[in-house]
Amino acid sequence: MATTYEKIASTTLGSASSAITFSSIASSWTDLRLVIIGTAAAANYVTLNLNSDTGANYSQTILYGNGTGAYTFNQTGDTYMWPNTLGWSTTIPQLITFDLFSYAGSTYKTALVTASGERNLGNANQQVSTSVSLWQNTAAITSVSIGAQGANISIGSTATLYGIKAA
Amino acid sequence: MLNTVLGSLSSGVAASTSSYESIATATGTGSSGTITFSSIPSTYKHLQIRFMAKTTLTASAGYTPVITLNGSSSSIYAEHFLTGDGSTAQASGGSSPSTTSIQLWRAMAGSKASTPTMSNIMAVCIIDILDYASTTKNKTVRYFAGLECNYAGTESWVTLGSGLYAATTAVSSLDITTNSGGNFTTASTFALYGIKG
Repeated sequence: MATTYEKIASTTLGSASSAITFSSIASSWTDLRLVIIGTAAAANYVTLNLNSDTGANYSQTILYGNGTGAYTFNQTGDTYMWPNTLGWSTTIPQLITFDLFSYAGSTYKTALVTASGERNLGNANQQVSTSVSLWQNTAAITSVSIGAQGANISIGSTATLYGIKAA
Repeated sequence: MLNTVLGSLSSGVAASTSSYESIATATGTGSSGTITFSSIPSTYKHLQIRFMAKTTLTASAGYTPVITLNGSSSSIYAEHFLTGDGSTAQASGGSSPSTTSIQLWRAMAGSKASTPTMSNIMAVCIIDILDYASTTKNKTVRYFAGLECNYAGTESWVTLGSGLYAATTAVSSLDITTNSGGNFTTASTFALYGIKG
């Protein structure tokens, strides 16, 4: 049996940065999994760009609950993937996962996304969400870049990229 | 350990590097509506299936395949799911083992010509079958599925679902079927993984 779940790269920020980027991703795996835990200097959206593409080539459908109800919405013509409207917290780490399917394949790239933004606030300014995102491009993904809409991602934030390989 | 903790909190059951193994893969043929994984060894703690799928049907952007275990189509399954299509968030399901399969809600794209860019779009899904080799427990299934069509209407879905297989038999085979008369296209790929405990 092949060993199929491998860490490709991991970063923990030693200083604040506007992005965490993993580049030169080999096409050796079937799927990619990106796990992020962190905070940022502003409550901007968590964003993910692929292959440095910042064009309006992304779309998503999001389902979330905030303690008072369940909601859904979709977005087309986005310039990045994003998991929810909550955005980064400046103080409490949020866990976000992106599962990117067939990242080296020939179809458009689809990701299943989760975000856990518990803020211990007792109001609607916290969310748990699941979503599906699309990048309208058939190119193999060779880089992923996590951002905060121009704000800095805070020191201590961690991102890890895994590869999952089918036999 | 880190991987295990992260996995338990997110969309799939991750594991340390040495305990997540590829068991088998399958690809759609365009002429069959069933994908079967059989002779699954009982040497793992959990199973995970990751797939992207499309049917040959053309009327809708999304369709709902189903999963059955051990070839059983008896009324021993139950299911619940939470789904959103960009317009309506809804929950659905039944509380008693009364269905003959577990729906994977909109986990299969359709080849709908009228939806822009549909030719390059696949639905994706991650299924976890917990403690599948137990001979004393009923089996719990969890899935996370999505289809994003880049369309402002209600033709995209994201779903989190759970299912019950009310049998204590170890799971040694599973079938994923289109359940709609269509076939899986040749772009459909399925991968079965085993996770050690």
